[in-house]
Amino acid sequence: MYKPAEPKRRQFFKIATAGTVASAAGGLPMMFVPNAALAEEALGSDTFNTLVKIARDIFPHDRFGDDLYKNAVGVYAEQAKSDEGVRKLIQEGVAQADSIAKSKFNAAYAQVSNERDRVHVLQSIEATPFFKKIRGDLVVSLYNQPAVWAKLGYQGPSAQFGGYINRGFNDQNWMDKL
Amino acid sequence: MAKKFDLNDEVVVIIGSGAGGGTLGNELAQKGINTVILEAGKRHEISDFENDEWPMFSKISWLDKRTTSGTWRVSQDFPNLPAWIVKAVGGSTVHWAGASLRFQEHEFRTRTVYGKVSGANLLDWPITLSDLAPYYDKAEKKMGTTGTNGIPRLPGNNNYKVLAAGARKMGYKDFHTGNMSINSKPRDGRGSCQQIGFCFQGCKSGAKWSTLYTEIPKGERTGHLEVRSDAQALKIEHDSSGKVTGVLYGDSNGNQYFQKARVVCVAGNSIESPRLLLNSASSMFPNGLANSSGQVGRNYMRHMTASVYAIFENPVHMFRGTTMAGIVKDESRHDPKRGFVGGYEMETLSLGVPFLAAFLNPGDWGRDFSTAMDAYDNMAGMWLVGEDMPQESNAITLHATEKDQFGLPIPNVHFSDHPNDGAMRQHGFKQAKALYESVGAKRVIFTPPYPSTHNLGTNRMSAKAKDGVVNKWGQTHDVKNLFVSDGSQFTTGASENPTLTIVALAIRQADYIARSMSRKEL
Repeated sequence: MYKPAEPKRRQFFKIATAGTVASAAGGLPMMFVPNAALAEEALGSDTFNTLVKIARDIFPHDRFGDDLYKNAVGVYAEQAKSDEGVRKLIQEGVAQADSIAKSKFNAAYAQVSNERDRVHVLQSIEATPFFKKIRGDLVVSLYNQPAVWAKLGYQGPSAQFGGYINRGFNDQNWMDKL
Repeated sequence: MAKKFDLNDEVVVIIGSGAGGGTLGNELAQKGINTVILEAGKRHEISDFENDEWPMFSKISWLDKRTTSGTWRVSQDFPNLPAWIVKAVGGSTVHWAGASLRFQEHEFRTRTVYGKVSGANLLDWPITLSDLAPYYDKAEKKMGTTGTNGIPRLPGNNNYKVLAAGARKMGYKDFHTGNMSINSKPRDGRGSCQQIGFCFQGCKSGAKWSTLYTEIPKGERTGHLEVRSDAQALKIEHDSSGKVTGVLYGDSNGNQYFQKARVVCVAGNSIESPRLLLNSASSMFPNGLANSSGQVGRNYMRHMTASVYAIFENPVHMFRGTTMAGIVKDESRHDPKRGFVGGYEMETLSLGVPFLAAFLNPGDWGRDFSTAMDAYDNMAGMWLVGEDMPQESNAITLHATEKDQFGLPIPNVHFSDHPNDGAMRQHGFKQAKALYESVGAKRVIFTPPYPSTHNLGTNRMSAKAKDGVVNKWGQTHDVKNLFVSDGSQFTTGASENPTLTIVALAIRQADYIARSMSRKEL
């Protein structure tokens, strides 16, 4: 007999994939509890803010507030704090993006005003371990947020509401009028 | 938890508790045969299911390390995730979508009907559709398949309504909401479908058939079935006469046990089953237990698969309702005029935002990708499931150096498409695009195959011992009291989802095992 799930605080979680996280190859991403403030502290403000900008340029949604990208990148809080290898990877990756932006567009990455130009910078680092890690992790950490779901029209958990049988599972008729 | 049967009891030992192992276990228990199922995963019940894609993925998926090779894109995008299958009591019946289709008659005789296909290791099954038909009948009744036994088909959700409207425009004739083992009315002590939309995360209403809450508890109630979870089979032992004697297994605390067996049945899905046989090599079986043919692990098939998502001007809310909500069967015919042998089914599919972001186009980024995600609520989707060609080189092998937590070689999954697979996929993309555009799609996205949810063929049935691993009963050619009971038995993959056939074979195999035991042949 079905029992409704307990409401619980949304958390990221660690996939028990011992050894399978090949960040460089964009394998299964690891996920941690997001903490934007801690991530900013661990990485340094400039790096953190540029990383947020990079995140938005990787998956640009004009209807998403900055907070959604900050939370997405905030999953690096623990890793950046305790794992020197990860911290360096991120800091050096951001520094590389800045350096290319300066040489091509005379501005640090976050100050390059045209998105197309910033994407151009990202394309030139697309094959780097830094980019592959960020993109692979973001695809989970950005899109796993209920606030993002709400923006995209995805209603999330449904069993506790009785499923969709009485909540519009077949409510569209436009396709029958063609 | 106290064991019901003693390690020294010569029971039937089944490895795996999914569609094959779970069904076989119950069938034998109903006949009074003492049976132990060893399930590597934990026991999660319905109350443990969450309507949440990533947490459930983490909770129930088989995530022990695997490597991949070959030209398949899965190897590039998900190098350590060749398959998405379940490590838990119930096996992949916990997360399957419920599609329950019979094979077509010619699909048992593909070598004869398709002829010689260069590079393909086609072989006729040693059984025919009419051999299996009475067991398909029993399986459909057991599972409560809609469209059979007077069970009404499920109502169509929006995603299906788009598919059906497009099918009509395309002139397709054979489409409906599917033969699904999901209750449309209460049946067999389980409720009816609430269109929850998280079928892949475990059915919270129990409407979808899963051995976890059907076969296994029914078998346990007879007193003849014991399911040991957190019990990963490591090695099958045999005696000097070549008969298997029992199974060595380990738990996650580092304990190991040896359960004696009168009969051993391997049903760990198509990566672990051959791996176990290979890891059970001995001086008598230097290439792996029951592997005189060299075919253990070979002929790995994952179906020609791909998905197509289409974006419309109007909302679809495809996530509302069953993950797989309908089917177009017209293209599943064998019609070489299309440029390939075999056929494919078109089945609706929906993923939530989290999974769609990860799988829509792995590796993609930028506005091309984000504008697709922005249109999520106006998306319809389908999954193409077609017959892929068995190739000897597509195989599960033991990794040369890497070992798992038990010190055993991990599996490598090698796969490359056959040209027939590619031609079929391109045709499927073209037809799906035309279907969606006929009802107004503004944008159509081709999605590459996911980590495989249909894994088949790696211990295949054959009439002759040199061509395969098991005979028409799933009994290994080499070892009389050793059986294979999962989809690794499949000689070919057909164009249909495999579960109904796995269940039918398990019911039939139970009859054979019981008969043989009573005649003291086993």
